[in-house]
Amino acid sequence: MTLRSVRTRVSKVSETSHQGAADVTPPPSPDDRLSSAELAAKYGLSVSGARPSLVEYVRQLWSRRHFILAFSRAKLTAQYSQAKLGQLWQVATPLLNAAVYFFIFGILLGGRKGTPGGQENYIPFLVTGVFVFTFTQTSVLNGVRAISSNLGLVRALHFPRAALPISISLQQLQQLLYSMIVLVVILLGFGQFPTWSWLIAVPALGCQLLFNTGMALIMARMGSKTPDLAQLMPFVMRTWMYASGVMFPLDYMLRVRAGAPEWLISVAQCNPAAVYMDLMRYAFIDDFTGAYLPPHVWVLALGWGLLVGIGGFVFFWKAEERYGRG
Amino acid sequence: MAVAEETERGEPAAETAGRPAEPWVPTVIAEDLDIVYRVYGGSKGKGSATAALNRIVRRKPGGGVREIHAVKGVSFTAYRGQAIGLIGSNGSGKSTLLKAIAGLLPAESGKVYSDGQPSLLGVNAAMMSDLTGERNVILGGLAMGMSREEIQARYQGIVDFSGIQDKGDFITLPMRTYSSGMAARLRFSIAAAKQHDVLMIDEALATGDKKFQKRSEARIRELRKEAGTVFLVSHNNKSIRDTCERVLWLEKGKLVQDGPTEEVLKEYEKFTGK
Repeated sequence: MTLRSVRTRVSKVSETSHQGAADVTPPPSPDDRLSSAELAAKYGLSVSGARPSLVEYVRQLWSRRHFILAFSRAKLTAQYSQAKLGQLWQVATPLLNAAVYFFIFGILLGGRKGTPGGQENYIPFLVTGVFVFTFTQTSVLNGVRAISSNLGLVRALHFPRAALPISISLQQLQQLLYSMIVLVVILLGFGQFPTWSWLIAVPALGCQLLFNTGMALIMARMGSKTPDLAQLMPFVMRTWMYASGVMFPLDYMLRVRAGAPEWLISVAQCNPAAVYMDLMRYAFIDDFTGAYLPPHVWVLALGWGLLVGIGGFVFFWKAEERYGRG
Repeated sequence: MAVAEETERGEPAAETAGRPAEPWVPTVIAEDLDIVYRVYGGSKGKGSATAALNRIVRRKPGGGVREIHAVKGVSFTAYRGQAIGLIGSNGSGKSTLLKAIAGLLPAESGKVYSDGQPSLLGVNAAMMSDLTGERNVILGGLAMGMSREEIQARYQGIVDFSGIQDKGDFITLPMRTYSSGMAARLRFSIAAAKQHDVLMIDEALATGDKKFQKRSEARIRELRKEAGTVFLVSHNNKSIRDTCERVLWLEKGKLVQDGPTEEVLKEYEKFTGK
């Protein structure tokens, strides 16, 4: 059937319709006796926007893996597309952050005291901490806006919504890998040369990625319901940063400087951000020995990752059908 | 609605406009659909971080929630191969109804059943404005569930159809540099590249120029022929006449009339005083 013929047919209907001979509802059929639900069942219709089962959801998500990857890569390049220096900001931003913290905490406030292996280790210690914490921080902060800033996409196209927060944490992983280049240069500059222990960074990052993805998923659901979180979360994240020992040795600061009770020190050391930071420092800095790590550190790293990762995924899936509401 | 049903039942179908000859197969069933928006006491806008804290602290739990009953008790059944126009004055609930059919807005009561996954195409459905048109085509395709090979095969077709290359090499520019019409055209082209079971178009045709409107109307007819159902929201009675054979008229969230295009439009034009 050519387009032209369709068109003439359509116009014919318009001409005849005012005589009441149009056919927009079906002639009588046995279907008339069926209720909507029965009719839907007969023709294999499903309830619009119903949430798929968890297994089905994972399957759908897997089938969109190319989209998730392409989306995170696209977001990463779009991030600085309006800046003149462009992609250079990928490395410049974390570096400038580290410089500010070095000046304030390292020099003005004397945070270098108690750095494992002496004060000359402070810069690698600080930069590792800043980069690793930034990984979690930006995953959380961008996670809050994962749905709300992509509402256009959510309302226009159908895909499992978890693709958005997941691609955000992948985007941050790619960002972190850029930062790692800077980190390696700094480490070499401070006499920390590659050893086998550097490989510890890989499983540590894996656990952290799992944790961050879970956090992004949780924040995405909460942020879609309460947009105010986008304003609140920077405060929460900053508090978390200070409590995790990004720019000072946590153990020394709490025990010697503040005289905090033992349980508080344990809690601070077992918090996921501190665990992942300390593991990376353990990997990269020779003088940061196992003695500075909390007990059962790998159990903690993997446990936090699995708990938050899986918990966050289920938590996000539970509201899948409501994200378009905005 | 009742009026429309009575007049048509029993009349043997003389014409089969755009509808395949097979028996009537329902694709969308809406049953006594009610949709309620909840708006939190007008506390809108993004102020500074401290202002947000202030609002959270001061907001009384449960207070200041306003309910907006956008769609009230709408029932209809759409059939395969139909193109259905949605008309009504601004704020009558047309777009809300489409969102509910697409499964994007949960219903307060009643149900919507649909065949496959209805896709909604709206003017505000912005894609990523910082990315080039090229990347948006690829991302949009991937998001709709097309494979990389499929996108590669259809890429040129999508770009040609949108016609944004007519004025120079725009596809390699970020989408924020596009005019609203160009962006709408590209979005429509991306969405129309895939065969949808149920496609809903919200005013998308109004933004394009004459030439593009013609092309997209032809594409809508094609999509319809591919056994899908098309919903079209428009304030342009002419484009409704050109593309749809059935019209739902909504006013204040209620279905006023459901019937053949010409019949409903005549009443509607009387109502709007045109």
